[in-house]
Amino acid sequence: MKVLLSGNEAVARGCHESGLHVATAYPGTPSTEILEAIASRYTEIDSEWCPNEKVAFEVAMGASFAGARALTAMKHVGLNVAADPFMSVSLVGAPGGLVVVSADDPGMHSSQNEQDNRLYARFAGYPCLEPSDSQESKDFVGHGLDISVSFDVPVMLRMTTRVCHAQGVVRLGERREYPVKGFQPDPRKFVVLPNHARVQHVWAAERLERLAAFSESSPLNREEPGRRDVGVVTAGISYQYVRETLPEASVFKLGLSYPLPIERIRRFAASVGRLFVVEELEPFIEEQILAAGIPCEGRKWWPRLGEFSPDVVAEGFVRAGVLERGPEPPAPVAVPPRPPVFCPGCPHRGLFVALKKFKALVATDIGCYTLSVYPPIAVGDICVEMGASIGAAVGVAKARGSGKGIVATIGDSTFLHSGMTGLLNAVHDGAGITVIILDNSITAMTGGQHQPGTGKTLSGAAAKPVKLAKICEALGVQRIRVIDPYDLNQTGKVLGEALDSSELSVLITNRPCTLYPPEIRKTILRPPFRVDPDACIGCHTCFKVACPAIGESERRTDKGLSQSRIDPILCTGCSVCSQVCPVQAIVRGPEGSGK
Amino acid sequence: MKSMNVLIVGVGGQGVLLASELLSDAALRAGFDVKKSEVHGMAQRGGSVSSHVRIAGQVRSPLIPAGQAEALMAFEQAEALRWVHFLRADGTAVVNRKRLVPPVALFRTGPGYPDDPLSSVRARSGRVVSIDAEAAARRLGNPRVENTVLLGALSGCLEIPETAWMQAIEARVPAGTIDINREAFRAGAGTAVNGEDA
Repeated sequence: MKVLLSGNEAVARGCHESGLHVATAYPGTPSTEILEAIASRYTEIDSEWCPNEKVAFEVAMGASFAGARALTAMKHVGLNVAADPFMSVSLVGAPGGLVVVSADDPGMHSSQNEQDNRLYARFAGYPCLEPSDSQESKDFVGHGLDISVSFDVPVMLRMTTRVCHAQGVVRLGERREYPVKGFQPDPRKFVVLPNHARVQHVWAAERLERLAAFSESSPLNREEPGRRDVGVVTAGISYQYVRETLPEASVFKLGLSYPLPIERIRRFAASVGRLFVVEELEPFIEEQILAAGIPCEGRKWWPRLGEFSPDVVAEGFVRAGVLERGPEPPAPVAVPPRPPVFCPGCPHRGLFVALKKFKALVATDIGCYTLSVYPPIAVGDICVEMGASIGAAVGVAKARGSGKGIVATIGDSTFLHSGMTGLLNAVHDGAGITVIILDNSITAMTGGQHQPGTGKTLSGAAAKPVKLAKICEALGVQRIRVIDPYDLNQTGKVLGEALDSSELSVLITNRPCTLYPPEIRKTILRPPFRVDPDACIGCHTCFKVACPAIGESERRTDKGLSQSRIDPILCTGCSVCSQVCPVQAIVRGPEGSGK
Repeated sequence: MKSMNVLIVGVGGQGVLLASELLSDAALRAGFDVKKSEVHGMAQRGGSVSSHVRIAGQVRSPLIPAGQAEALMAFEQAEALRWVHFLRADGTAVVNRKRLVPPVALFRTGPGYPDDPLSSVRARSGRVVSIDAEAAARRLGNPRVENTVLLGALSGCLEIPETAWMQAIEARVPAGTIDINREAFRAGAGTAVNGEDA
């Protein structure tokens, strides 16, 4: 049977067909849909969201130690969080089978950097599989588990945004069942004391040599003969762009891109005129080929930064002189951008509108609330990675000699992910900063996933919700206040007190996300607001809350200024705009109601 | 089989992704190889959304090269203009006559919302079908089937039989809205046949 699946859905299907037992993740674009698809479609697999990628990795690792087939999925920067177990388990192995999905984001569609995690595979000495479409995304899960079990090694399945989110036709297969083998105690393997690890390191080095020999014979790497003057070594989505733009070239397609089948590449190189390497981001393949003494051309013609496309790949071949330049495509037209904004009713809007007045130094974090940095709200001075806000704010306070006027803003899910230890440090350090936990009771930016605070698991089952205020109390915070971000006056008052104080304060907002979970819409919607045309003076102050429901109307004031309009379908009735209006022209009730 | 590249564009929340799923599903049912590509995440917060759908005997790249789309289907006029450089000179643009002014355009710091995006699109396309899909959907009783009206209008450019479209609609739209979506599709197909600007 053939169906249309995204790369992520295909990975989930691959988990099903290859008898996976355990799947774990922390959500992160572009990897999130893998676990969502497993949980909703393949309930025989034990799947769960973990508080962060390190924990997710460790749970999958433990399952593999006990002989289960396991997979953990994360975005590229998530692997930085999980890097400790990722690197260390190299010397232990993965007896039950362990596939680590790294979903990289060339072009940074939804990420803070575009690191190439194939380097991690080489760093740890793991095989790296690079699917180029949905069919391979499904199939490579099974190949990865087979390699993992055969060689007792974790396997990286390296996806990219374009493979994760593109849909393609996939031939489905049946599920194969595998027994869970159980834990076989062996302290010299599973306990990495230095004297054990020294022995295991030798074993891991030998394992890598055996994997290199495997790569030389594996059908995952294949030659597609064509024109002999041009040969291209490529992997992942770049393979599709090469076949699209230079269909007659000889291609050496790598499915297993680490360890490289270097002797096969040497023979391929000898059989073609010029050898090109086409790969997104780092010259990972190219440098290894060059190091083996095989001349090739890659970064000379293609950029090291940004995402590839058929146009980028074609341009490189044109510049290299092996493809004729086609007709110049039409130039894009300048149209106003549509940067993402807070949704109508988003609880973050009121908090940041209130915070803006204080001109505080704000270290923020990773989540929807990072959008506060964009004008017109324009609040947020520092944002680096998940959970960094609190530590960074403490560091700024040290440099300034005081925590007064220094704020860390962090979401509930990010706080549970890696903010708690930062807060513990702030308590221990006696830092007088203000920490604001934006508790919208969901992991919103990635599309509404549950976390330990929401009271539900990935499968929708009930779980005991953890209370953020109690966590903060247990960590030793003395001043904890819950605030309603829809109430600008109260929020402003509490913020003022906290920012003036030289003691550590934690403020927790209490309004839920207006998008997720979808059933929340039934409880949060209140009658919409409208603009009173007799009162609106056209000052556009309401535009400054950056709500998609607010725009210009056709109406003009006596002075010819355009009056505002509120879209009654989009408005959730949160009231923040009505509180900033200087002339009380924004009143509850749909357009056309009242006078 | 004639290959077809369709770029579907709009604003986050308008239903671009459901429309591209319906098109891909219908093409698969009609026996074609299909790939479609879009980016999730930030774009869903009211941002500009585009979905590439490629239909052929065998599809390689999931992305359409610039200037090679046979059809552009836009849920919003300025979005049609933003993406029109993907369209071939002889390509067809199916444009919803809706205008959604992004909040950032209100601050007049960069380019403003174009006065007449449709005529600029017309100057750069082989053929333009512009329709008021929301009005057509309202006439049927549900403004949310706007995207199916647009698909109907697009269907005239594609070699996909109506049965494949109807099966895709049945499989993909919420239960209870199948009939109205079928009607919306036919209404859209009718406007495109009857005249360029319905």
